[in-house]
Amino acid sequence: MEVPVLKQGPFLIATVQAALSDEDLVHLRKAMIERVVTSRSLGVIIDVTAMDIMDSFASRTLCEIAQMIHLRGADTIIVGIQPEVAFAMVQLGITLEGVVTALDLEEGLSYLKEKFDSDA
Amino acid sequence: MNNIIRIPINTDKDIVAARQRGRALALSLGFSETDSALVATAISELARNIVTYAKKGVIQIQANGNSRPCIQVIAKDRGAGIANIKLALQDGFSTSGSLGLGLPGVKRLVDEFKVVSKIGKGTAVTFKKWKS
Repeated sequence: MEVPVLKQGPFLIATVQAALSDEDLVHLRKAMIERVVTSRSLGVIIDVTAMDIMDSFASRTLCEIAQMIHLRGADTIIVGIQPEVAFAMVQLGITLEGVVTALDLEEGLSYLKEKFDSDA
Repeated sequence: MNNIIRIPINTDKDIVAARQRGRALALSLGFSETDSALVATAISELARNIVTYAKKGVIQIQANGNSRPCIQVIAKDRGAGIANIKLALQDGFSTSGSLGLGLPGVKRLVDEFKVVSKIGKGTAVTFKKWKS
């Protein structure tokens, strides 16, 4: 299950379409860091609305993606974590510490645009 | 109703299949979206333990409970076994260098939780989640 990545101006938007296997997540990690480099992106949004659950591996991989992108000097925002997914994550003990999250794609984009404008 | 769904776990793709079957069963028994996600997350973690530590095993998912629906899941493998179950159930403990959320995390997601393990023979983790 490949995750499509769209370029929108200085930002990249990755939209998860369905449940991801570990291999898919590892592939996403590689693809995202490559795209951030080739597109010289300032910000990345990962839309996880369609993710059925977020277990320890998925959370760890998303944290790693955010950290790698941060080292490139860009921002990552995870959007669309569903309420029941969030509930299970917290019960499991996952907090996604240090990762910016937003309600949905729209909120994520406005966060990035605001930040980008104020940086410019 | 009490059919046992048996899912062999050999690769990471099987982890997704197992948790989706678990979630579907939970929803079909009238579990809420939240409780179904808890069941799916617990199955995902146990299935990953199998792939990570034992390479292969099986997940059995079963509906039981008469007046109040219940899902029972057994994750079995013939791996190396857990040397110290008490330690494995402590928060933050991991032998694989992972996050160490592992078993204590899963325990928090479910209502009943039991680990049976024999060195050199394998491990069976059983949990139950009742419809709330």
